[in-house]
Amino acid sequence: MASVELRALAKQYPNGVRAVDGVDLTIADGEFFALLGPSGCGKTTLLRTLAGLEVATEGAILIGDEDVTAQPPGDRDVAMVFQDYALFPHMTVLQNIAYPLRIKGVGRNERSARAAETAQGLSLGPLLERRPAQLSGGQQQRAALARAIAVHPRVFLFDEPLSNLDARLRLEARTFLKKLQQSLGVTTVFVTHDQAEALAMADRMAVMDSGRIRQVGTPREVFQRPANTFVANFIGATPMNLLDAVAADGTLEFDGFTLPMPPAFAEQVRDGDKVVYGLRPEYFAMSSTPEDGAVKGEVATVENLGVSVLVTVEAGSQSLGAVVPEADEPALGATVWLRPAPNRVLLYRADDGELVSS
Amino acid sequence: MTAIDPVVRRTVSRIGVYVGVCVATVFFALPLLWLVLTPFSKHPSYKATLDGVSLDNFDRLLHNPQLWRSLRNSIYLAGGTAVVVIVTAALASYALSRVRIPGRDQLLYALLLLSSIVTGTAAMVPIFLMLYQLNLLDKQFAVVLVLSGGLLPAAVFMLKDFVDSIPRSYEESARVFGASPSQILRHIVLPLIRPGMATVGVWSLVQVWGNFLIPFILLSDDKKQPAAVVMYTFYDTGGQPNFALISTFALVYSVPVVVLYLIVNKRYGFSFQGGIKG
Repeated sequence: MASVELRALAKQYPNGVRAVDGVDLTIADGEFFALLGPSGCGKTTLLRTLAGLEVATEGAILIGDEDVTAQPPGDRDVAMVFQDYALFPHMTVLQNIAYPLRIKGVGRNERSARAAETAQGLSLGPLLERRPAQLSGGQQQRAALARAIAVHPRVFLFDEPLSNLDARLRLEARTFLKKLQQSLGVTTVFVTHDQAEALAMADRMAVMDSGRIRQVGTPREVFQRPANTFVANFIGATPMNLLDAVAADGTLEFDGFTLPMPPAFAEQVRDGDKVVYGLRPEYFAMSSTPEDGAVKGEVATVENLGVSVLVTVEAGSQSLGAVVPEADEPALGATVWLRPAPNRVLLYRADDGELVSS
Repeated sequence: MTAIDPVVRRTVSRIGVYVGVCVATVFFALPLLWLVLTPFSKHPSYKATLDGVSLDNFDRLLHNPQLWRSLRNSIYLAGGTAVVVIVTAALASYALSRVRIPGRDQLLYALLLLSSIVTGTAAMVPIFLMLYQLNLLDKQFAVVLVLSGGLLPAAVFMLKDFVDSIPRSYEESARVFGASPSQILRHIVLPLIRPGMATVGVWSLVQVWGNFLIPFILLSDDKKQPAAVVMYTFYDTGGQPNFALISTFALVYSVPVVVLYLIVNKRYGFSFQGGIKG
């Protein structure tokens, strides 16, 4: 069990591509940390560099205050679970779980006993003599986890741990993984492209884009106060409304309508500043009667989300999204007023997409 | 001329095709039929007939020491070559599959192409001269080396394809657990490419089993010659082929290969699909 620290870490390939571009990160001991980002953002490369499968071109990696940058993977005392689990097909489940212990030189009887014990803890007891191909997806995942746990590493590294499971199983596995990590207390870094997964499981997370970290924080921080438009766009089940506006005399002028300036940002924004107005669809209140400080528009589409409904409203040249309870589902083409919740509005600078600091 | 009804034309052409296939089948089946029938015949000849059933031929064969010695030589040459080819090809194909060096793919294709064009027959004179200078003429293990060298390019090519199909995540997983490259090779890669190695082994064995030219030229001592060469000498004093001996020996000579094929097929299936999911 150890903390992980990355200092100015970079990984550049011979063809010049910087998959990881100057990353500074500190992960506390025992934390369940998520690396979140779209495909190609460098999160898997970062994880592999942490594991030692890729050699860092710049910077340092510290595990438990020990500089491991130059050490091969076997010496770093980490365990990695791959996306496809990589359970050796020609060995039984027991032999698979005992394999890391075998490499460490533990005797046959002792390692079988330890492997069996770990397997019992994950409800794999009756499956020990089977081959991986004879297990279901969920069982394979637990076997891969058992193999990582049995060797008692300092850090767990999970590469998209839930991607290979079908949708229903994925939700159960989320809770299972979270409970497991809490009971073991081992520092865990996991990579995912699914923002809902990261929000649900992580203690803290880092959102990555093109090899750089765009924001680090708890799920609540990242969700409620994304630091820039990239994170704002990426996080959240429904895409955040990001609308261009110009500040003018205490209001915000959009293309076709105006909205009041949110009080939290009134001090930081001068007249004439170009901003991006960010508000989640969930924070628009919809009504069929005119209201102050609301946008008037016409309903263009209605999407059923189960308990709620995503309504796309055309106002001026802009499309606004609003999530409303299913009881308030409007008719297509109806005229509605959308009122933003004032303390949920976020303003970003139009030039670099960063949050207007307040 | 009246137009021929298309249905009739189709039927006639179908019949023609079947007749052609039957003729070709008979043409190829006849020698095999001869091989199976003649050893059991009392008066063996060039005809594929069963002229009185007897086991005298086998009886005479069993008491001929030269023939058993030649079979032993065949087993030594074929088995030795198979072992050399499997070991070297497995190591080479693993390295070539996992290491990325510039020009690797071109090298492989060039190897394969050259080994197909420059056959053992074409290279016979240089090989003979080379072994003469190395003082390795009339040595069986030298024949094993020459045969292995001829089979290796194709074997490496075949096995490399097989190794390519094995996902790297197994090896990476083992690496993170601290396994050394030799441990990864022994614990994980070799067990997974066993079907490929078996196929390459049987293929090498079959190639060498029937190989006449190389042992014939490189070995001068009759006692070292394999069965394929010895069969060449089955003529009686009058210069007539000894049908009894040839046919019986040929049958006995082909049995080990067939048996081996059946065993390996049952165990591994001769498929080159990696198809292994963690």
